[in-house]
Amino acid sequence: MKKKWFIGLIVISMVLVLAGCGNSGNNASGETSVLEGGAGEDATALSYWTFVELHGQHFEKMLTKWNEANPDRQIKLNVSVMPYDDMHNKLSIAVQTGVGAPDIADIELGKFPDFLSGTPQLEPLNDVIDPYRDTVVQSRIDLYSKDGNNYGIPTHVGASVAFYNTEILEAAGVNYEDIVTWEDFKKAGIQVYEKTGKYMGTADTSATWQSSMMLAQQGADFTDEAGNPIINSPELIKGLTILKDLQDNNVISTIAGGQPDTEEAYGEFNAGNYATAFMPLWEMSRYTNYMADLSGKIAIAPIPVIEKGMPSSVGGGGTGTVVTKTAKDVQLAKDYLAFAKLSLDANIEIWNTLGFDPVNMDVWNMKDVTHNPENQFVKYFVNNPFDVLNTIKDQIQLVKSTSASPTINNVLCTITLNEIFEDGKDITEALNDAQAQIEQELK
Amino acid sequence: MIKKFLYSQKVAPYVFVLPFIIIFVVFWVYPLANSFEMSFQKVTLGQEADWVGVDNYTKLMGDSIFLKSVYNSAIYMILTLIVLIPFPMLFAVLINNKFMWGRGFFKSTFFFPALTSVVVAGTIFRLMFGEMEGSMINNILGFFGVEPMKFLKGQVTGYIALLSLATWRWTGVNMLYFLSGLKNIPDEYYEAASIDGASAFQKFTRITMPLLKPTTIYVLTISIYAGLSMFIESMMLWNGNNSPKNIGLTIVGYLYRQGIEKNNLGYAAAVGIVLLVITMVINLTQLSFSGMFKKED
Repeated sequence: MKKKWFIGLIVISMVLVLAGCGNSGNNASGETSVLEGGAGEDATALSYWTFVELHGQHFEKMLTKWNEANPDRQIKLNVSVMPYDDMHNKLSIAVQTGVGAPDIADIELGKFPDFLSGTPQLEPLNDVIDPYRDTVVQSRIDLYSKDGNNYGIPTHVGASVAFYNTEILEAAGVNYEDIVTWEDFKKAGIQVYEKTGKYMGTADTSATWQSSMMLAQQGADFTDEAGNPIINSPELIKGLTILKDLQDNNVISTIAGGQPDTEEAYGEFNAGNYATAFMPLWEMSRYTNYMADLSGKIAIAPIPVIEKGMPSSVGGGGTGTVVTKTAKDVQLAKDYLAFAKLSLDANIEIWNTLGFDPVNMDVWNMKDVTHNPENQFVKYFVNNPFDVLNTIKDQIQLVKSTSASPTINNVLCTITLNEIFEDGKDITEALNDAQAQIEQELK
Repeated sequence: MIKKFLYSQKVAPYVFVLPFIIIFVVFWVYPLANSFEMSFQKVTLGQEADWVGVDNYTKLMGDSIFLKSVYNSAIYMILTLIVLIPFPMLFAVLINNKFMWGRGFFKSTFFFPALTSVVVAGTIFRLMFGEMEGSMINNILGFFGVEPMKFLKGQVTGYIALLSLATWRWTGVNMLYFLSGLKNIPDEYYEAASIDGASAFQKFTRITMPLLKPTTIYVLTISIYAGLSMFIESMMLWNGNNSPKNIGLTIVGYLYRQGIEKNNLGYAAAVGIVLLVITMVINLTQLSFSGMFKKED
């Protein structure tokens, strides 16, 4: 009898363990959902891989519009959402072997050059981009191009801005609107730390947003004209020295997760431990999704500059959506993609659904769209994002994405920035080491 | 004729080992030969592979991140050997003792972590060793007045987390190996030793340990291999293959980074071959030192 009980217990626990494994397996390989968008029986089913769940929502809206406008070319979309690394790795293997790739996929800017090496296994999109060329920011399309061929369609400009927690600043008697230069930021930060014990901002160790901002303000880049890495440049040394000085004065501090766009960091911001995040504008959607407690407390402003008159912003991050060579119906996929991301309608929806700054800059001046009081982003933030965006419109610099970029990113984010901000290693020495390491890896 | 062939004593053994031979050739020899070939090539997306001679290997020798990954894997292997052989052996002896109560309970408790997916366990350990004040370990440390630590950002503290995960997960498995080894030691030996007045310690060192030697060598061999090829534990603990300053990067992690993340398959193949050579050299040396290749008397 006793034995029977024991066997029963074992069976139950095995079932539970197996059920557990099943669930975790599903999560690891992502979630798939079918978007009908009002499509009929004859619709072509296209598959779409992404690493951002929200992007699926945007495509769903545009799908309904497409199916209405094109009754004889209707589409159903199988959307698979996977974690960032997983999705890119799977996609890379799939396009490399020519088996199992989706028809449409999102590729993040940092990974894009890997997909352009050799002969890209992606379809050139020039013909479907052409009708929109005059209306969108050309440099964002150039990011996903090689030898005159455009392989990816951008989602946003990604203008970098400062997000200030006004509650903390008010408690310390600081007005964020007075902050123009890093020197102003330092003074304000010292005041915040003394009065509230909180840090003014973050010292990022696992992302290069801040390094890019510092370079862009000085008109510099991680790579030279030919695309070769120049990591130990005087500009980057200067930029990181400014940030290190802020850290030494308790103005900024490293954050769990290593940068503002991580789960741990959302928690820290929610808890009110840091007053500022310097991030591309798409960070807005992270606020509305993951930091609901801060609603009505976050103000958007231009990033401080080293000296007055320097450009304050840089386009950060980005996703190029591509059509793979193995797509079922290449032309249909391309046409739909251009419609879903480049048309005026699409650009308006990109703002409405995703809260991104659309690549069609005409939208930036459509007051009824940008200042719609019902919009969740308009409701969440203290001031209107487009009021800030329009003031820095002509200052948005570009940091190039070259074949060396993934390696540069990897070395800076795993080694160099940690050495500088966690271990206090000498900046010039750390950057010289990084340059040597990157050159060695690129050999 | 067919019947004669099938019933032949000469042929039968080959028929029986055939499935193994086929699996061995298809899933081991062929991929190995293929990787060996690839390690002398530059393989780029959508293009024919180019022969580059020993370039991949010469580059590997000057690659400080690869050397770091070899160092990390070696340290991890040594630490797991230090923890995961003596302790499971001790626990096995204790549990095997007739006077031990709750033997079944301890056996299953120790073994249970091995059934848990590494993905789940790694994620839980990452949260436990998080750098925020509220993380479990920092919470406990705070109770003793210790400041919160950034466990996963330091080499030593990172390894404490990694080793805790390995210990939690593998102690039970190794313990079972030792338990099955202990079952093969006849009770008469211990009885005879008791009559001769041997102490418990003497019985352990003079009877148990020598007779457990084949089991110990087996556990040692698989632990060396498992230590050097560790990957998922580190990947889950650091939420990806990129740990700060590469403190958690292992040889297989580097292979994955080069081959899958950077599409540098030729270079990754070279990493794989070097890993194979290192593992073979260590294990063959160890096995020949422990006398496993000597003919049995």
